[in-house]
Amino acid sequence: MAGSITITGELPKRRWGRAAGAGFDWGQPFVYFVALVAVLVSVVPVLYIWIGGFRTTPDINADPAGWPNPWSVESYVTVLTSPRFWGSVFSSSFVGLATTLGVVVLGVMAAFVLSRYDFRGRSGIYSLFAAGLMFPLTVAALPLSILLRDIGLHGTFLGVIIPQVAFALPVTIIILVPFLKAIPAELEEAAAIDGTSRIGFFWRIMLPLSMPGLITVGVLAFIGSWNSYLLPLLVMAAGGMPQELWTLPLGVQQFSTQYSADTGAVLAYTSLSMLPALAFFLVAEKRIVGGLTGAVKG
Amino acid sequence: MTTNTPAVMAAPRSAAPVPPRRPARRDARKWLEIGLFVGPALIVFLAFVILPVVLAGVYSFFNWNGLTPLERFVGFDNYVRALSDPLFQKAITNNFLILFASILIQGPLAIGVALLLNRKLRGRTVIRLLIFVPYVLAEVIAGLSWKLLLSPRGGVNALLEAIGLGELAQPWLANPEIALWVMFWILTWKYLGFAILLMLAGLQGVPDELQEAAQIDGATWWQVQWHITIPLIAPTIRIWIFLSMIGSLQLFDMVWVTTRGGPVGATNTMAVYMIQFGQGAPGYGSAIAVILFVISLTVALLYQRIALRRDLSGAITSGVR
Repeated sequence: MAGSITITGELPKRRWGRAAGAGFDWGQPFVYFVALVAVLVSVVPVLYIWIGGFRTTPDINADPAGWPNPWSVESYVTVLTSPRFWGSVFSSSFVGLATTLGVVVLGVMAAFVLSRYDFRGRSGIYSLFAAGLMFPLTVAALPLSILLRDIGLHGTFLGVIIPQVAFALPVTIIILVPFLKAIPAELEEAAAIDGTSRIGFFWRIMLPLSMPGLITVGVLAFIGSWNSYLLPLLVMAAGGMPQELWTLPLGVQQFSTQYSADTGAVLAYTSLSMLPALAFFLVAEKRIVGGLTGAVKG
Repeated sequence: MTTNTPAVMAAPRSAAPVPPRRPARRDARKWLEIGLFVGPALIVFLAFVILPVVLAGVYSFFNWNGLTPLERFVGFDNYVRALSDPLFQKAITNNFLILFASILIQGPLAIGVALLLNRKLRGRTVIRLLIFVPYVLAEVIAGLSWKLLLSPRGGVNALLEAIGLGELAQPWLANPEIALWVMFWILTWKYLGFAILLMLAGLQGVPDELQEAAQIDGATWWQVQWHITIPLIAPTIRIWIFLSMIGSLQLFDMVWVTTRGGPVGATNTMAVYMIQFGQGAPGYGSAIAVILFVISLTVALLYQRIALRRDLSGAITSGVR
């Protein structure tokens, strides 16, 4: 498990059938063809949305599949100067960062104890968290929103953040416990001999050494939060939060309903909403791919 | 405390006579540390995951609007009502159609593409990156993009007309006969890249030597893939199947933003039905949630048993050869 995380995102090293001196590989053009088709299918719809954002609505209505004629940045400017777009970007970022921070802090603390303390009830607590993997947010959504209403968190940022932290804890702990266990006991003994308490060991040795694991779970938590829709729908939209503070998925959905006649603006809004996730993906690609594949392997 | 620690470390759990007072203090300190470290996570988890799930179970036996006191106990009425509602039956059917279609269509497709891409290619990093793009997008944004593309005056119909297939053009998501399969196409577009990447990651673990040996023995490329590579990535495939099944049963975001379950329930799913009919009636909604949970859990457990059994028999038979 820990191993599968540490090899995050490396390129596969083996190649098929390219023994030294092999002649022309007839399969190669076919492989490129398949790769091309896969790439085009993945990317063309996204490009359609982006390029569509450069068209005016009358232009789109005249010919839905045409090239921009003329190119117009009007829709993009409209969206980029609208407070609600930036409000949504802020909201998604704030909720995402707070969720990530909460999950990583609570998760690593619990995982530290669960991996390196020997006490009665340890395996029980671990099993409880592991069982949490079987409780998806969908199942708890309605009672959760009532609970949040009763404790006054309906329509607040905390009402989204705290449950997201809670629902991300199981996978975080499941990933981190083996990770922390893998840190050799000799280090802890050496630290103890040098007079460091266990808390000091946690702070000064454990945390720095477990950074790769923490980044992986942090990235997973951030993406989960950034993309989440059901909880913000029940807490923010149904909770009466002002629209300018809704997270991006909610905001895009709302915008596209409200301005459905202005196709150009909807396309521009949608494509701009894609950008933060894509940019984040480019920066953290190895972490994301490795984290996802590593996380599911366990 | 500090002076004592090395001795304890050197001889853990030995019966050496230690003054009873100090271990007791150390014990208290240990429990304090445990409490402080695991406590916050445990409280948040119990209050916001376990409690709502338990509450769902309780609410499901009440006729309740969420505001009045919880007093109209109705037994299993909510469950009976849900399970006998044709719309909900349709939703369950749709969930399972998506589930089987995902496994039977997306699985082979992903394995095939991954096997082909798992060789020396120019620009493979870029290819991997681009194939992963749909997965990075939020389901809501992917759904809204396809809603625009598939609308009657959207890009897909315009493209069909441009290449002379105008008679195929239609309101894709509004035609009850095909809407579910159009939805399945969107889901495939969104999640195939993830499946391919997962399979590629699994393929990294397959040692070269086996393939080379088979190659020397005269096996063709397809024979090697079928008899050696695919069995070796079976654990990855099984995990992907598991994730895909659970995802199919929980499907909500994509359907909610594109069709809200319509037209006439053609794309409805359990979760969409739950939000549609449960927001104003949490008792009824909770019964739906419990049904959804029981179905997911049953599928997960059944699958684990079957997959596990196959794992064991496979290990014995293929391990000997």
